[in-house]
Amino acid sequence: MDHLLSISSSALYTAFILYLIATFFFGATIKDKKSTKKSKAATIGITITIIGVMAQLVYVVTRWIASGHAPVSNMFEFVTFFGMCLVIAFVILYFIYRITVLGLFALPIAMIMIAYASMFPTEIAPLVPSLKSHWLYIHVTTVSLGNAILAISFVSALIYLIRQIDQSDKNKRNAWLEVVLYVLFLFIGFIVITSVFNAAGYAADFKYSENGKMVSTTYHLPAIAGPHDGELLTEGKMEPLFETPGWMQGQDAGRKFNTIVWSFLIGTVIYGMVRLVLRKRLGAFIQPYLRKTNPDLLDEITYRAVAIGFPVFTLGGLIFAAIWAQIAWDRFWGWDPKEVWALITWFFYAAFLHLRLSRGWHGEKSAWLAVIGFAIIMFNLIAVNLILAGLHSYA
Amino acid sequence: MDKIKCECGHVNPEGTVLCEACGKPIEGNQHIDGNDSKKLLNMRYEGSARRSQTYNKSIIDKIWSFFSSVKVGVWLIVIALIASAIGTIYPQEPYIPADAISRDPAIYYEAQYGITGKIFYQLGFHNLYSSWWYMLLLALIGISLVICSLDRFVPLYKALKIQKAKRHESFLRRQRFYSQTEYVTQEEKQTVIDRLKKQRYNVRDENGHILAEKGRFSRWGPYVNHIGLIIILIAALLRTTPLMYLDEYIWLDEGEEKVIPGTDGKYYIENKQFVLETYDEDDERFQEAIAQEGRLIPKNFQTDVVVYKTDGNNITGTEDREKYKEYDIRMNHPLKFNGYSLYQSGYQLNKFAEITFSIYEENDTDAKPLDQFTVDLSDPKSEYELENGFHVEILQYYPDYYLDDGEPASKTDDPNNPAFVFKVVPPENKEPETSFVGDVIRVAEEIGIDPENQELAPMSNVLGQFATNISATEDNKYRVSIEDIEFKKTSGITVRRDYTLPLFGLGAIIFMIGVVQGMYWQHRRIWIRPKDEGIMLAAHTNKNWFGLRKDIEKAIAETRINMVEDQQELDS
Ligand code: HEM
Repeated sequence: MDHLLSISSSALYTAFILYLIATFFFGATIKDKKSTKKSKAATIGITITIIGVMAQLVYVVTRWIASGHAPVSNMFEFVTFFGMCLVIAFVILYFIYRITVLGLFALPIAMIMIAYASMFPTEIAPLVPSLKSHWLYIHVTTVSLGNAILAISFVSALIYLIRQIDQSDKNKRNAWLEVVLYVLFLFIGFIVITSVFNAAGYAADFKYSENGKMVSTTYHLPAIAGPHDGELLTEGKMEPLFETPGWMQGQDAGRKFNTIVWSFLIGTVIYGMVRLVLRKRLGAFIQPYLRKTNPDLLDEITYRAVAIGFPVFTLGGLIFAAIWAQIAWDRFWGWDPKEVWALITWFFYAAFLHLRLSRGWHGEKSAWLAVIGFAIIMFNLIAVNLILAGLHSYA
Repeated sequence: MDKIKCECGHVNPEGTVLCEACGKPIEGNQHIDGNDSKKLLNMRYEGSARRSQTYNKSIIDKIWSFFSSVKVGVWLIVIALIASAIGTIYPQEPYIPADAISRDPAIYYEAQYGITGKIFYQLGFHNLYSSWWYMLLLALIGISLVICSLDRFVPLYKALKIQKAKRHESFLRRQRFYSQTEYVTQEEKQTVIDRLKKQRYNVRDENGHILAEKGRFSRWGPYVNHIGLIIILIAALLRTTPLMYLDEYIWLDEGEEKVIPGTDGKYYIENKQFVLETYDEDDERFQEAIAQEGRLIPKNFQTDVVVYKTDGNNITGTEDREKYKEYDIRMNHPLKFNGYSLYQSGYQLNKFAEITFSIYEENDTDAKPLDQFTVDLSDPKSEYELENGFHVEILQYYPDYYLDDGEPASKTDDPNNPAFVFKVVPPENKEPETSFVGDVIRVAEEIGIDPENQELAPMSNVLGQFATNISATEDNKYRVSIEDIEFKKTSGITVRRDYTLPLFGLGAIIFMIGVVQGMYWQHRRIWIRPKDEGIMLAAHTNKNWFGLRKDIEKAIAETRINMVEDQQELDS
């Protein structure tokens, strides 16, 4: 058992490293004359990517055998799986369009996802009865894949925006683009700070009252924001600088808020350092490297990814979800926050398609919509679980 | 009436933008699709005459135009989207947690979330998804969908049926993909045709005018998927009627038998036993996760039931009946029969059935009870006469005891955590005393038992001994304490019969067919028009221009024909 699990985690680690190496090869293709031309670096890059996916499949299968259920049932497993789907979706679109910059952006985003996932508890957790259904696996895997294909539209849209938006002076559009890039740094901030204090084994216990009951919680990061009306129990640990505001409710609101504060802090510091080194906006820095990419093609990929992903998402996120809910909770639709956000995602991409088809929203407008769409997907994937608790709250 | 005859001889209906047969732009109508200001023609509906763009006089015309506008449709979708998001800010009423301060929405939202919670409640957002305006919004989307589809489908269908291979020069020139070649041989042209056929294009040749077309059926995708959506909306409407949709809930104690509601007394159900299994804390796979969670994690909820069938005339339900089904209902494994589905949906492990109290002499170390009595919690009496002459009155009974700001109160009317204030009258009418006894659940929780997931029955007398026991005055002579507790396990079963499910399924399938049809195939057309000794080549697709370009590249490879140029003016 332990043996299987250690194979499983080294397979995941291997996949991560392979994605990293593949990214460098895709990076090397930027210097090629034309972005769609077949080059040696591109061939090596995509081969390594595919080997990476296979390594990650080894992780999935071994963990499945070890736990007895598909590894898509808690935050760690689910987000890791999404990372893999993102790579698979990239591979699919790569073979349609043979465009390598896509990999240069898609793989790092997938890596951020996997690293982010690893910050959550990775123990194998038993399944509560409602999750014991084949429909759970079918539902979760299809939604993941659908979301991932839709996320590729974000990747190509991001490249499109970096390439196309005027960087010669400061304006609203490049400021917003900078915000999008900055948000990616917040994830990196979260990963960095969590790894550091996990390695150090930091733990500080707090006591506070929730719904009139005394509960305790363990902070694994030094408390900048302590629980509302909380009291530090562990000696020799940092006293909170301030308290989490009382209107933030829900289980462990204080600890989660503290984590967010840390992510902002570290993310901002890293972003600031990068800016200091580059001495220009990140968008302006990347832009020249993308000169050779064809914006028309990027725009088409954005649309195509939505066109391919939308039916998959509908099937997994709405139809399979409904079938499972019907069997498990005797109602196929219950307006649970996670369900509602799946519906919102669906509405949003329907609007995207209608605007594009009938109102001619191409190019930049369409790219911004793809960015917002991805924000909605990430919100549903991560924030709804952590903030708006419901039946689906794994974490 | 105002039919328009084109120079090619075809007669077009009023409002046509591009001649249905040859595609020549019809003068005076170009503003409709915005062709007047652009080089490229708007090909979205083939320039066909749509009612919404043509008539705009009567009120019906106006309503029609309003709902057939995609702009309006998208606004409706966006409003529905925002409204849905607002509803998730705080939990909807059914999701108010069981351990909340109060499950009464009028209290809960304000108490839990303050002023914003109060506003949320007062605006009715705690039941947002069943509010009249949310329903209306969905209905409007439905109406918009129907009108929009009708407005476009019919003319589009006609235009695609009537289209000729021979197209007007200006039509070709104003396509996004276009090229002209001065000199092309007959053989070269034939090669291109053959190659297109090989790529599964349908090729039509009218006097040297070529139309190669494939995937036309994908143009119907949106209309098919909209039909699917309409069916789903209709199903949702039908589901609000009791005829189509039955939804009942029953609580069954172990050993209890009840009629299944909604079956007109035809079926009875008996709960033989309820089982709750939890994961073994020592399971090596899950040890760590269970330790992290800090409580037992349930593995299985199950009710073993027997369903009996009667002829329905029988009132008592005990005679004239047969054992119909025996089944273990588990989560994710409902019992299904005759259109009904029974689901495991709730349970209570530790429902108090009976409590036996003993009366002791206070400060008596080798405790021997002076008297005993038993309270049946499904039917508590107000007074009890005991064997040895004691007399007990129940002054206060809290079925579900808790302290509300220091005041004793009852959360619900169910005996989940009973507590009593007794008046004890000793034999021979000595001085009566009062004492408070109960609150066993607190004791269980204090010693680290989770009453949700763990049965209390095996330790009931231990728990009873430690239950709260307060004398009203310092000098009480007698003490009432809990001798024994009998618990009942009870199981909550949902009864459903939903005739709309197949309709939802049908709608979903049709929707999926429609989106796949429209998304995974594309309608591609390539036109070749002879011009002097050369040709004009133009092409159009509704999506995936990259694919179309590759098709053309393949078809004209190694001929003198010029590759088409992309004439699109991108907005950047
Ligand atoms: C949530 C509701 C809706 C969904 C999921 C939906 C879905 C779709 C999809 C997937 C397409 C194909 C888009 C493409 O091929 O890129 C489409 C096309 C279309 N939809 Fe909807 N739709 C919805 C509501 C509406 C409404 C309310 C209207 C009315 C204004 C409408 C009008 C249209 C039109 C006109 C087309 C284009 C048909 C064509 O040009 O061939 N849709 N719809």
